[in-house]
Amino acid sequence: MEIAFYLAGLVAIVATFRVITHTNAVHALLYLIISLMAVAVVFYSLGAPFAAALEVIVYAGAIMVLFVFVVMMLNLGNQTAHQERSWLAPRIWVGPSIMAALLLGVLVFSFWHGGSIGTISGEELGAKEVGTRMFGPYILAVELAAMLLLAALITASHIGRNDEPQLERDMNEREQRVPAGNDEGGRA
Amino acid sequence: MSWMSTDVLLAIAVGVLKAIVILLAAVLSGAFLTVVERRLLGLWQDRYGPNRVGIFGSAQLIADMIKIFFKEDWIPPFADRKLFVLAPAIAFASLLLSFLIIPITPTWGVADLNIGILFFFAMAGINVYAVLFGGYASANKYALIGAMRASAQTLSYEVFMGLSLMGIVAMTGSFNMRDIVNGQEGLWFIVPQFFGFLTFLIAGVAVTHRAPFDQPEAEQEIADGYHVEYSSMKFGMFFIGEYVGIVLVSALLTTLFLGGWHGPLLPPIVWFLLKTAFFIMLFILARAALPRPRYDRVMQFGWKFCLPLTLINLLVTGVVVLLTA
Repeated sequence: MEIAFYLAGLVAIVATFRVITHTNAVHALLYLIISLMAVAVVFYSLGAPFAAALEVIVYAGAIMVLFVFVVMMLNLGNQTAHQERSWLAPRIWVGPSIMAALLLGVLVFSFWHGGSIGTISGEELGAKEVGTRMFGPYILAVELAAMLLLAALITASHIGRNDEPQLERDMNEREQRVPAGNDEGGRA
Repeated sequence: MSWMSTDVLLAIAVGVLKAIVILLAAVLSGAFLTVVERRLLGLWQDRYGPNRVGIFGSAQLIADMIKIFFKEDWIPPFADRKLFVLAPAIAFASLLLSFLIIPITPTWGVADLNIGILFFFAMAGINVYAVLFGGYASANKYALIGAMRASAQTLSYEVFMGLSLMGIVAMTGSFNMRDIVNGQEGLWFIVPQFFGFLTFLIAGVAVTHRAPFDQPEAEQEIADGYHVEYSSMKFGMFFIGEYVGIVLVSALLTTLFLGGWHGPLLPPIVWFLLKTAFFIMLFILARAALPRPRYDRVMQFGWKFCLPLTLINLLVTGVVVLLTA
């Protein structure tokens, strides 16, 4: 299990690095999906198969699909690849990277001397245990998350609301578009 | 390596052999279905279907395979090569991997996972990318529209597909497929979870993009949708993948709602195959009998009818489970 943990962790780090450095948006998202699946394997090797399954179902299977969907809709061409490349010029990332590397060094050093590093036992934590914890000590967090989701749901249904009948709306849109001219692109 | 005694090695070898047999059976039944479906469609639509090659058209599959293997494997120059090649592999592999969790008989089955059903949901979630990347990489308007439709439809139907099975999970108290099958010894779950069964059936048809939910590949509107640019064996993988999906959903319906291998007189394997074949026939009959609804109606039906139905079903199941516990 320890080998699986380190291998999956390595894959996750490399894949996430490629997400940042890749210039093609859809390919970068593909690496992000791989990274999320590697994190799922990390969870699994730590003995949390339920969390691993949810990681794949929710993040890799649902949220990332919407990401890919949006990027596909934007239809970014070669122009954005050039833009991305110019953003990846060394003078831009060298400074932050040195600082981040320093922080990483401090973190690794403190782990090294901290002593109490947990070991990977591969002990399994099932869905039932997760459920009892969620609706036991952590009930407040669950309720707060539920409220947040409800707010998001109400907002989404308000934005998606459509009072006018379809035909009338189409007519209005057409009337608006003619005098407004090229304004639409700016607003989007 | 002291723990690797001969007994353990033998058990591993037998397990691997069983897994290979199940894999081959799944792929071959998927491949045979391409012909069986056309013959049955012919029967139900009062025409012949392919009946020329071999006895009653039994060798049609071989003819099709030879044809599909020797076609030119064409990748359009404007396509995104990497994703274009990756997409059919995802389509095929993700569905095939889901056979891992299906317990076929008390002694046969690949893996006995505690997260059971969740593994299928994860694989169904990954399967969306096949269509999405296939449509995007083709750089074709029809393919893109098909991919959009497919991903939106699959995401919508996966939401209540998960919820439709939570009633069963609440009743057995486990995600494990073997526990679920053993929980049906007295009464098959199709009776107490009838609405769960209906919604899972609908979601299963929609997730495999089968008629009447085949808007993503509606040939009259968008020229076969996401795989319009594919040829040769890459198309073959999408094509066989769809049939593997049918076999998979039928096997899942059998395991989850019709008591899996349970049944009187006949041996378990026969019962499992009979029940699975019944659902496969149901899939084909639906294609033969039902017209294709409009795309927006499909989405509305999913969100406004099936989702509330599964939620009510889960609520009632929860109340009953708590009262009887």
